[in-house]
Amino acid sequence: MTEPAIHLHELCKTYRVPERESGMRAALKSLFHRRMQDINAVDGLSFDLNPGEIVGFLGPNGAGKTTTLKMLSGLLHPTGGECMVLGSVPWKRERTFLRQITLVMGQRNQLVWDIPASDSFELNRVIYRLSPADFRRTLNELTELLELGPLLKKPVRNLSLGERMKCEIAAALLHRPQVVFLDEPTIGLDVTMQRRIRTFIAEYNRRSGATVLLTSHYMADVAALCKRVIVIHHGRLLFDGDLSGLVQQFTAHKTIIVQLEDCQASLHAYGEVLNCEDGRFTLRVPKAQTAQVTERLLADLPVIDLLVEDPPIEEVIDQVFTQETA
Amino acid sequence: MIVLQEIRNLLRLYAQQFKTTFASMVQYRASLFIWMISQVLEPLVYLIVWSTVSNSSGGSVGGYTAQGFAAYYLALMLVNQFTYTWIMWEYEYRVRQGQLSFALLKPVHPIHSDIADNLSSKLITLPILAVVAAGLALIFHPTAAFNWWAGLAFIPAIILAFLVRFLLEWTLALSAFWTTRVNAINQVYFILMLFLAGQIAPLSLFPHWLQIVADILPFRWMLGFPVELVLSRLSPAQALLGLAAQSTWVFISLILIRLIWRAGVRVYSAVGA
Repeated sequence: MTEPAIHLHELCKTYRVPERESGMRAALKSLFHRRMQDINAVDGLSFDLNPGEIVGFLGPNGAGKTTTLKMLSGLLHPTGGECMVLGSVPWKRERTFLRQITLVMGQRNQLVWDIPASDSFELNRVIYRLSPADFRRTLNELTELLELGPLLKKPVRNLSLGERMKCEIAAALLHRPQVVFLDEPTIGLDVTMQRRIRTFIAEYNRRSGATVLLTSHYMADVAALCKRVIVIHHGRLLFDGDLSGLVQQFTAHKTIIVQLEDCQASLHAYGEVLNCEDGRFTLRVPKAQTAQVTERLLADLPVIDLLVEDPPIEEVIDQVFTQETA
Repeated sequence: MIVLQEIRNLLRLYAQQFKTTFASMVQYRASLFIWMISQVLEPLVYLIVWSTVSNSSGGSVGGYTAQGFAAYYLALMLVNQFTYTWIMWEYEYRVRQGQLSFALLKPVHPIHSDIADNLSSKLITLPILAVVAAGLALIFHPTAAFNWWAGLAFIPAIILAFLVRFLLEWTLALSAFWTTRVNAINQVYFILMLFLAGQIAPLSLFPHWLQIVADILPFRWMLGFPVELVLSRLSPAQALLGLAAQSTWVFISLILIRLIWRAGVRVYSAVGA
């Protein structure tokens, strides 16, 4: 049994925030007596990540994903439970620990705005105490994988959002961290750029064997990169397992797409008709009845083509969260 | 050996930060120019006011002639430039925008980047300001006594002045961890600095009790003391006492910085970085 790269046990983070009603009187009152409210951002989270795994970390806004990543990278102090990353307690922020991890925040930049990215890279080289040879090698590799060549010499402020993100990612990986936390690395990027970054993350993981924990609102990122997903909601674990398992567990339905010769047919007797176009019908049926309905369709109707599918992953996720809040 | 290695690594960081700061600064030549004007204008205004007062009250005020004031304010301009920091204006932004998170993720204390950044920009601006001061000297004819021991003592005095000012202002900047009203704190600080560091007038012009207050507080040791020293307005005993006071303040501010930084980071990591 190998030691897990990341270990969380009953991890909690409670924020105390001042609570105040609107209006003059409440404002005056709060001057003397502040009512505080506890918000459980992360509420007893436990899971382990093995070295080299890429895991998707999912949840709606405010589920506690970023808070968890910040606790794991040592920026936030947990209020309960424990977490270990590469055998270190993150919030102690020991140098040996900090040299082995990285956190990429899609919404924030570490690169100096006014100067070319390559200058910021040089600064990171001395901060992480990389030998010039190692630094060169890593930079060349990242330049090739992310196609940074023409970007490195331009001031960062002149780069497009996607170009900047590629440079941000490179800056975060120059010290070859063993654990990579990615918080929305593809946010706001166009589809092509998203795909490029996705391919890069997969390739980086393959080459370096780094453990990657990734949050994203784009399910395509998760579907392409992560075999395993961890879903949280209200700071609690909802699901931890294979992506396909998530679909199995959280959807009671399957989608049947049938192509008929007869465009006028009515299929309401077989299931809920989601869509029909030129004889191509999309039906939603309860999972347990899939086989039976398929059989009936084939027997009763002049079927040209028939396809049974799981609902799209976005829909599943949406269902997971609405179920939970309902 | 480990200590040497550590120092070498820090020096590398400082050298690299110099290149970064330099590259950033030359990007904004216009704002650099405007900022330089403000650095010159303030002492220049005091210089002119005090010279006029001095001339109209029989050639001398509190032991300063018009030329004496010129020497005082030109020296102050340069010492101020050397010890000046802008960190208090930056920290709130860093905390609010989460820039500090990136600094906390790095395996080196963030103060090093700030010291290096500060010194680097001084290396660029000081020569320019020295030329400006030389030009002003041609107009205002400063006169001051000079003796070798004061000139010698000036070297540690200005380094200590820089350290006291940098460390205390860096500590004060950390108030951004607790409040978003950093500007109010800065205002109070700058008023105290204006009166008690010798900016608005040389401290010897103030009533005796205020001079005692100035001796106790750190402001004089950041600015006024090295200026008086280099103009040979202090006795050897006063100079030694001053250096001792400066050293004490460096020591105090190092302790303060350690305590407040730790507490600040604890707050930052409690409320959401």
